[in-house]
Amino acid sequence: MFRTPLTGLALIAALTSAASADDLVISNWDGYMAPDAIDAFNTDTDNTAELVLHGTNEEIMGKLIASKGAGYDVVFVSSPFAEVLNKLGIAETLDHAKLPNIANLYPAANELKHDPGNAFSVPYAWGTTGLCYRADLIDETPDSWWDLLTPPDDLKDKVTMLATDRWLLAAAQLANGYSVNTTDEAELAKVKEDLISAKQTLLAYDDTTFYAKLVSGEADLVQAWDGWCNYGIAENADIKYVIPAEGSDLWVDTMVIIKGSEHKDAAYAFVNWMLDAEHHRWAAENILYKVPNKAAMEGLDPSLIATFPNMGITPEDLLGYEQLLDVGEAQRAYSRIVSEIKAAD
Amino acid sequence: MRDRRPLYLMTPALGWLTAFMVVPCLLILGLAFFRRGLYGGIEYTLTWENIRLVFDPLYAGIFLKSAWIAGLSALIAVVLGYAAAYAIAAMPRRHQPLLLFFAVLPFWSNYLVRTYAWIVLLNREGLIVHLARLLGFEGELPSMLYTETAVVVGLVYNYLPFVILACYAPLSRLNPEVSEASRDLGAGGWTTFRRVVLPMTVPGIATGFTFVFVLSIGNFVTPALLGGGQFQMIGNLVYAQFLTANDWPFGAALSIFLIAIMMGLLTLQTFASEKASGGRNA
Repeated sequence: MFRTPLTGLALIAALTSAASADDLVISNWDGYMAPDAIDAFNTDTDNTAELVLHGTNEEIMGKLIASKGAGYDVVFVSSPFAEVLNKLGIAETLDHAKLPNIANLYPAANELKHDPGNAFSVPYAWGTTGLCYRADLIDETPDSWWDLLTPPDDLKDKVTMLATDRWLLAAAQLANGYSVNTTDEAELAKVKEDLISAKQTLLAYDDTTFYAKLVSGEADLVQAWDGWCNYGIAENADIKYVIPAEGSDLWVDTMVIIKGSEHKDAAYAFVNWMLDAEHHRWAAENILYKVPNKAAMEGLDPSLIATFPNMGITPEDLLGYEQLLDVGEAQRAYSRIVSEIKAAD
Repeated sequence: MRDRRPLYLMTPALGWLTAFMVVPCLLILGLAFFRRGLYGGIEYTLTWENIRLVFDPLYAGIFLKSAWIAGLSALIAVVLGYAAAYAIAAMPRRHQPLLLFFAVLPFWSNYLVRTYAWIVLLNREGLIVHLARLLGFEGELPSMLYTETAVVVGLVYNYLPFVILACYAPLSRLNPEVSEASRDLGAGGWTTFRRVVLPMTVPGIATGFTFVFVLSIGNFVTPALLGGGQFQMIGNLVYAQFLTANDWPFGAALSIFLIAIMMGLLTLQTFASEKASGGRNA
C-alpha cells in the first residue's frame, strides 16, 4: 500500500540513502511513524538505529529477496508480504519474552489469519477498505460495491478505484460474494469482466490522490482505505466513509524482524518500544489509522473518534472481515488480469 | 607513430558508456532468458517463456497501442513544430534567438511539474472549466483529463521543443537565394515549399519525429498521470514488472523489444539523414 502522495520522493530517498553496517536499519513507509521516533528510540534505549524508506511493499520485497534480508533489521510490510518473508525464511521467529509490550495488543490482534499468535510478525496498523464519498453531492447513500462498479448516471466519470492489484480485484470479488483470495478460474473471469465494464464509468485508477479528488469535487465516490478517507474528512466534513453491505477486506500492516539481523537485540528492543501505548498511539492520532494496541487506543481522545467514525470500528468487527493472504502462484494470474483490465478499452 | 591523443580523449566517455549503458543492457538481455522465482527474484534455469510471452496478444496489443500513441504524438508534434520553426526562421535574424529561447523555456522546469500543470488545467474543477463558467458556459464539458487525448496532448506539449529545434536548424541554414531562384523559374509559393524547401529539411523532420516517437513509446509518467492509469503503455508495463509484479525476467524481455524498436528507428533516421545530406552534396 502507498502511504503518502510522496511515493516517488520516498523511492528516490530510499535509493540514495545508504545505511552504515553498524546501525540498526529500519525500513518503513515515509511518514508512517513519528518523525522523531528513531531519535527517541535511540535516546531511550541507547541504540543507533537508522531509518530508510520504501515507497511500496513490492519495492522493499524486491530488495529483501535479492539480498536474502541482508542490510535490514526491521521492516514494515503489509501482511501478505510478511507471509512471504516467513515462507522464504527471511522473517525471524519471534521470541515473545523479548517483547513484553506485546501484551498491549488486543486479544483479537493475536488471531490474525496470516500469522495466528504473531509468530513472525507484529501488527502495526489495521483497517478496512470501503467507499469514501461526498454526502453533499450524492443523492443516494452508497451501500454496495455495485454502487462503485455500476454507478448511477449522475456519478459517471466521478468514480475512482484503487490501482493496486489486490484491492482493485477485491472490489469485484467482494461485490460478487467471492473470497478476496479466490483462485477459482471462473470466479476470476467474472471479476475481470465486471472490472472491465466498470471502466466505462470510471474517472481514474488512483492510489494516492483519491481523497484530494473528493475534496476538489473531481470525484464524488472513491474506493478508499479507511485511514485515507479520514484525510478527506479532515478537510471536508461532508465526506463520509462506509463499508458496503457485502463487507470489506481486513488489511494489516506489520513489523517483521529479519532472521539474519546482526542487531537482533536492538531489533527486538525497537519493536517492543513501538508497542508502548504512547509510541503506538502516535499513528492513530497523527495518521488516523487504527492501531491494534488496546492500551494505545483506550488513551485516544474520544473527539477524534467522533470526527472520524471509522477510527471506532472495533477489533471484533475487523476480525469479521477476510484478510488478504498470499495467493502464491496465483499472483501471476492476478497480475495478468490487472494488465488485461488496464489494456481493455 | 600514429597520434594516440584522440584515443586518450575518447576513453573516459567510452568507459562511462560501457559501464553504465552497454553492461546494464547486456545484463537486461541475459535476465530475459531466466525464470522468475515464485516470489520474485530469479531462478537460474534457461527459458524462452518470457520472449514468447511478449508476443502474447495481450502484450503485443499493448506494444501496438503504445506505437500508435507515440506515432500520433510525433506526427502532431512535427506538424506544429515545423510550422513554428518555419515562422521563427522567417523572422528577422536578430529576433530569432529570443524566439528560440521562448520555445525551449518549458524545459527549464521539471517534467513532472509540467505534466501536473495539465492536470490543474484539464480536470473537471480545473482552470479551463472555471474559465468557461466565468464566460457564461453552463452545463457539463466533456471529460478532458484521464483520456487518451490527454496523454497525446501531454506528450506533444512536452516534446514539441525538440521538434522546433530539430526543424529550425536546417530551415535557418537554407540559402534564401534557392527559394528566389525557384520563384524566378516560375514556381509558386506552395510549389517552392513542397519541391524545394521541404525536401531540403527532411533530415530535421526525421530527427524531430524520431525523437518524439522514441521518447513517447517508452514514456510511463504521462500515461500514468494524464491517463489516470486507465490504459497501459509499454513503459507502464515494464515499470509494473520491475516494481509491482516483481517479474524481472519478463520486464527484461519487454525492455529488450522496446530498446530494439528504438534502436531500429534511430538507425533508420541516421540513414535517412545521411542519404538526404549526401544527395544534396552530390
